[in-house]
Amino acid sequence: MFPDRIKFLFCALILSCGWISFPSLAQLNIEIFGGGAARIPIAIVPFADENRLQQNITSVIGADLQRTGLFKLVDTSGASPHIPADVVFPDWINRGASALVIGRTIAMPGDQVEIQFRLMDVSKKTQLTGLGITVPSSQLRSAAHRIADVIYEALTGDVGVFSTRIAYVLKQGNKYALQVADADGYNAQSIIEYNEPIISPSWSPDGNRLAYVSFENKKPVVYVQTLATRQRHAVANFKGSNSAPAWSPDGNRLAVVLTGQGGSQIFLINADGSGLQRLSRSSSIDTEPNFSPDGRYILFTSDRGGSPQIYRMAVTQSENPNAERMTFEGSYNVSPDYSHNGKSYTFIHRNNNQFNVAVQEIGSRQVQILTNSKFDESPSFAPNGKMILYATEINGRGILSAVSSDGQTKQHLSVQSGDIREPAWGPLPKWK
Amino acid sequence: MKKLLSVSLIVLLSACASQTTQPEVDDLNSGNNMGNTNLSGSGSGRPGYFNQLQDPNSILSQRSVYYDFDSYSVKGEYREMVLAHAKLLRDNPDASIILQGNTDDRGSREYNLALGQRRADGVRNMMTLAGAGDNQIEAVSFGEEKPRALGSGESAWSQNRRADIVYRGE
Repeated sequence: MFPDRIKFLFCALILSCGWISFPSLAQLNIEIFGGGAARIPIAIVPFADENRLQQNITSVIGADLQRTGLFKLVDTSGASPHIPADVVFPDWINRGASALVIGRTIAMPGDQVEIQFRLMDVSKKTQLTGLGITVPSSQLRSAAHRIADVIYEALTGDVGVFSTRIAYVLKQGNKYALQVADADGYNAQSIIEYNEPIISPSWSPDGNRLAYVSFENKKPVVYVQTLATRQRHAVANFKGSNSAPAWSPDGNRLAVVLTGQGGSQIFLINADGSGLQRLSRSSSIDTEPNFSPDGRYILFTSDRGGSPQIYRMAVTQSENPNAERMTFEGSYNVSPDYSHNGKSYTFIHRNNNQFNVAVQEIGSRQVQILTNSKFDESPSFAPNGKMILYATEINGRGILSAVSSDGQTKQHLSVQSGDIREPAWGPLPKWK
Repeated sequence: MKKLLSVSLIVLLSACASQTTQPEVDDLNSGNNMGNTNLSGSGSGRPGYFNQLQDPNSILSQRSVYYDFDSYSVKGEYREMVLAHAKLLRDNPDASIILQGNTDDRGSREYNLALGQRRADGVRNMMTLAGAGDNQIEAVSFGEEKPRALGSGESAWSQNRRADIVYRGE
């Protein structure tokens, strides 16, 4: 069977804050592969009058749902109900749809748009959910993501992550940019740009700040930057190397890796740079700390057993002074990242010189390898635990990829020129 | 069935980014800080040992220690060079260096940063045992971030498994 390939091209204009300059051009491509056998057939009818808006809404909703691999879009041509009274349910049954999305848009004064949408259960001929939201016309994409979240949650029972953001590092030539983009790759913006490497971005739990490691001072230093104001400060700039920041779930502290006291060891430090406290005490490498969602444990990578493996220690060491080894298969298991509920974590497992994304269920210790590529790095769980974003390489270029936590669906996110790497999936927005 | 959907978009990177790319650094750790790590030239009044460092006939002009795969110990062939730099530090208490550990690009960036640190720490320990002051040396790591040779394969990787000796003010 031929792969059917659909290609859309959108242009997004971004404000240039009053300075005359030529914005750089980057193209983000998303490709989706696979998908489970039992995908939900959903028909999304273009909303009334949405073609008059500067941003089509239903195409964004459809793309969001399709990227999950859980939905199949049903053809809607020739039918255009916008209110429940206009829905001819037998028609949608014939088209094979089990869910139907209808709605309309109404231009309001002051460049506002009201969007009313309904999600219908085709076989039961009832409305499952609906929503009316009014947004400035500049925020139609984010309104569409919210609607996709509502649909996703109603049909799968899981929280949607279409309104979240991702952070990653874009390398173009000798330039490194720490960028933040919507989860679908749109609205990419540089937070900082340097001619020196940037690694290890980490979202604060409220999504307002990013911690990261910059080499701008010819050595690794940990910074925290507030996204809204662009203000930042060095949180860990001690003698030696400073790296691997990870936020505590309350957003007050960071785990960082410092080398000033010998070796690479894990420390806790307040987000303002005060209150330094040593956490790990080994003569080995202890790095890549990651807090459990309840804040009680830290997963980390250590070579104390002779090869890099993942360990877990209690943050309050009186609770359990010994770190517990979590991985035993293979000689290279690194980069742990907890899922939203703390029941599993994702990491990189090396097998036959292939670096792949894996997930371990903490209760059973069972490991599942999710990818079959060669150079996967930096896996990061979506805040609903359903997808894992990671860096990989295709034809020698760094791209981002996302795999569903069952390994069924993959998507690629790439830029036309340059390498993307070091992804970090941001938290759910506050209204969730 | 293989389903392939490709969405392309053009994002105009905001001009805002270039304005705000280099915010002021408010360093909260200045008390603990090694301070300025500016490695650019210091102009006139350079101490005499800088001539030796740049004399191609002097062993001090050699600045890189290369390592075997997965190895962190200084090989015998670099011992004399490392000890010569240690002696320079011992004889010139005002001199100070940064040791930059590097790795090849396989595996986790943060773990590689720790491995590069282990290389830099190893050179530092050898130097301090030979009489260089601990306060004259800062051992840092670039991990896999600053490869000397691009590409993959052993010829590039062996160039990138190294520690560099860089004098402050040089």
